Amino acid sequence: MLDKIKEFASTFFVTGDPMIYGADVSIALAMIGIVFVLTYFKKWGWLWKNWLTTVDHKKVGIMYILAAILMLFRGGVDALLMRLQLATPDVTLLHPEHYNQIFTTHGTIMILFMAMPLMFGLFNIAVPLQIGARDVAFPFLNALSFWLFFMGAMLFNLSFVIGGSPDAGWLSYPPLSELQFSPGVGQNFYIWGIQISGIGSLATGINFIVTIIKMRAPGMTWMKMPVFTWSVFSSCVIIIFAFPILTVTLALLFLDRFGGGHFFTLDFGGNPMMYINLIWMWGHPEVYIVVIPAFGIYSEVISVFSKKKLFGYKSMVYAMFMIAILSFFTWAHHFFTMGSGADVNAFFAISTMVIAIPTGVKVFNWLFTMYRGKITFKTPMMWAIAFIPNFLIAGLTGVMLSVAPADFQFHNSYFLVAHFHSALIGGVVFGYLAGLYYWWPKMFGFTLPETPGKWAFWFWNIGFYVCFIPQYSLGLMGMTRRLSTYGWDTGWQPLNLVSTVGAFLMGIGFLFQVLQILLGIKNFRKLKDTTGDPWGGHTLEWSIPSPAPEYNFATIPQVEERDDWWAEKDKRAKGIFRKQPPIEAIHMPKNSAIPFIMSVFFFIAGFGFVFGWSIFYIPGLIGVAICMICRSFFSYDGDYYIPADEVKRTEAAIRGSV
Amino acid sequence: MAQAAAHHSHDHDHGHHDPQELKMLGFWIFLVTDVILFSTLFATFVVLRNSTAGGPGGAELFNMTGVIIETFLLLTSSFTSGLAVLAMNKGSMKGLINWLIVTAILGLGFIGFEVYEFVELVHEGANFGTSAFLSAFFTLVGTHGLHVSLGLVWMIGLMFQLKKRGLTPETKGKVSALSLYWHFLDAVWIFLLTVVYLMGVM
Ligand code: HEM
Ligand SMILES: [Cu+2]
Repeated sequence: MLDKIKEFASTFFVTGDPMIYGADVSIALAMIGIVFVLTYFKKWGWLWKNWLTTVDHKKVGIMYILAAILMLFRGGVDALLMRLQLATPDVTLLHPEHYNQIFTTHGTIMILFMAMPLMFGLFNIAVPLQIGARDVAFPFLNALSFWLFFMGAMLFNLSFVIGGSPDAGWLSYPPLSELQFSPGVGQNFYIWGIQISGIGSLATGINFIVTIIKMRAPGMTWMKMPVFTWSVFSSCVIIIFAFPILTVTLALLFLDRFGGGHFFTLDFGGNPMMYINLIWMWGHPEVYIVVIPAFGIYSEVISVFSKKKLFGYKSMVYAMFMIAILSFFTWAHHFFTMGSGADVNAFFAISTMVIAIPTGVKVFNWLFTMYRGKITFKTPMMWAIAFIPNFLIAGLTGVMLSVAPADFQFHNSYFLVAHFHSALIGGVVFGYLAGLYYWWPKMFGFTLPETPGKWAFWFWNIGFYVCFIPQYSLGLMGMTRRLSTYGWDTGWQPLNLVSTVGAFLMGIGFLFQVLQILLGIKNFRKLKDTTGDPWGGHTLEWSIPSPAPEYNFATIPQVEERDDWWAEKDKRAKGIFRKQPPIEAIHMPKNSAIPFIMSVFFFIAGFGFVFGWSIFYIPGLIGVAICMICRSFFSYDGDYYIPADEVKRTEAAIRGSV
Repeated sequence: MAQAAAHHSHDHDHGHHDPQELKMLGFWIFLVTDVILFSTLFATFVVLRNSTAGGPGGAELFNMTGVIIETFLLLTSSFTSGLAVLAMNKGSMKGLINWLIVTAILGLGFIGFEVYEFVELVHEGANFGTSAFLSAFFTLVGTHGLHVSLGLVWMIGLMFQLKKRGLTPETKGKVSALSLYWHFLDAVWIFLLTVVYLMGVM
């Protein structure tokens, strides 16, 4: 009996590695700590009422961002472990299987559980405010999307301590990811973690498309819409076309593993290449899903901090849409070497190179926006400027990779690793950090202290080049990706050491950001944003107080110009004030516990499917169904009104006048 | 900033948007994502349709009589769901419920025949794991069947809501969305019939 329990425990819990025991202990301690603090300060009710059941897009946005930063930490620790292992030859910090698990979880977490939620957080914070709306189109669905993402991410992370992590790479190519070669539960965690959060992403895509189409303030025509909102729209259009492909692909892989199917197996007619095509039909557009909103942020930040209108607004919008469409015609550049033939390769090589054209247009627009502008070097602007030279490198090496014959040399080498990190860190992460700094006062009502932010900036930036430039050379010297260790005779030691130093510099940069936030909270009073418009913004979100009241706009703005709030400030300076309409009762959605509860049931069902335990997945699925039915029956009284008097009182309190 | 004059007709909903209109647009976009989902499954099926790994192919397996009955049932149910919406637009609750009941019965008949067909196939030894072709077949057709089943659950739930709430803008919106969904499944079935069955037996 005891032996049986022991055996079960050792397959269920991951054992044998001191690092994992350390993680177990720290997870347990963190949980106990959280429960203790919440109980001690009697905060359970507060947590439930204000956060777990909220449908307010601003709070949902903050929760997304918090979760994303947590995941950045986890993915970052993975990255540092890998770089430590590769710092010099023959390091035995991680044995090869563990190394495989770490690069897999690092890649998956960084893209799906860090970049995506950080992006959705910024969507939630900024889009309704930029278009003068009181909420997103479907607030309930929005909360559900968040909780699905969160539960998916937690399920994925659970694999680290229970059952074992996936180790077939961040895209889980079969046949390696098939039952035959990955018999453990790691791949199942991968499939269900992504599947559950993916449903949420798809719903977010639909939600923001409807929000942007239908909820713009009166007068805001398409061509008066802020660029960031445009970028969100483009990104969501890609989401609704790309994510169903991912859903199907993962479902088919799961059917292979769980139901004995033969979609991608080596025998019984399965076709692994089918998977590779499908996953990249989602995977390549995915890269543009995350980078286009970053382009939107750069456009906003660069024009605000140059005190100029964005140069070439229209060409910017067209360029973003061009990229969105083209992104669906390049997927095969990820497997030029897998024997598709010369004509297919040529098609995908050319379509890939064509993307450089709209991208180039955008870079010139940003440069012309800064040209002769009155530039102020606040942190958001610094990140935006730092992006430009870096993205030139990423773009240039990208075009090199798109040359099909040359790719036979670069494929799966460190050159590629350096390229995609340039694009993902320099393009995506820098952009979201710029956005985070930019909208921070709107979220929390205070600006972050600049000095630690500048330290963070320099550590991140210098570390970034120190880390990734050597990797281009290493790739050309023959070092391949996903390599867990190498010998002295390769001659790769010096550059690898430099690269590792760079990674740690970025880690220090991250610590400075944590410090910056702590200092910001400590000096909250001094840093308070009383104007609602600390940067001299152009768009509507800066016309309301910081942080925005729960109903956003006391009266819905009437938009007249492209940078409407900027134009309005100009007019006010000239003494022209427009008449304010009377404040009326405001219609708001009620909080709901269903999104949270339903996602917990999804988690339970996912966990059951991971282990193939019907005592979990059947109740989980039933719970999901019951939640859906409840929602359908109770959806008739999901709203309430804030009386006009209360709105007036709130406005008077935050603005100091009515 | 420029503030809107209060010229909206419904004074309380100032700045608020017609929720039914939002939901309808959202539902259309959801259907677009469902089109992509089915397209992906179709693509997989087309790629794998000849990968029978020495096992039986479509020509040997498909029972066209059953398929034609299924088609008839589903097309008719799509028509009756249209009649339900017509009755609703005329304000006739009774007509609406009755036509929904007819639609649900036809839909159930469709599912019944499909399940029977699947059971027959498995009996003949053609199951999900026999070959890539059959994995793709069961998944594609099964996904459609699952959609129809979910539609049935939705339809029954909606009938209860209609009884309880009567014809309100919300319930009307739900009926319109359901009917749209039902027509969509019909269209998918036409493709299934063509690509899977007709091209399979040819
Ligand atoms: C913060 C600094 C980062 C460092 C030092 C770092 C380092 C690494 C390393 C060492 C690898 C393994 C390369 C190999 O396979 O040999 C890797 C893989 C990867 N990284 Fe990062 N990374 C960082 C940030 C990011 C970010 C922000 C993203 C995405 C948004 C990202 C996405 C990926 C992906 C997709 C892979 C491929 C995983 C695979 O091979 O399956 N990384 N990274
Ligand atoms: Cu690509």
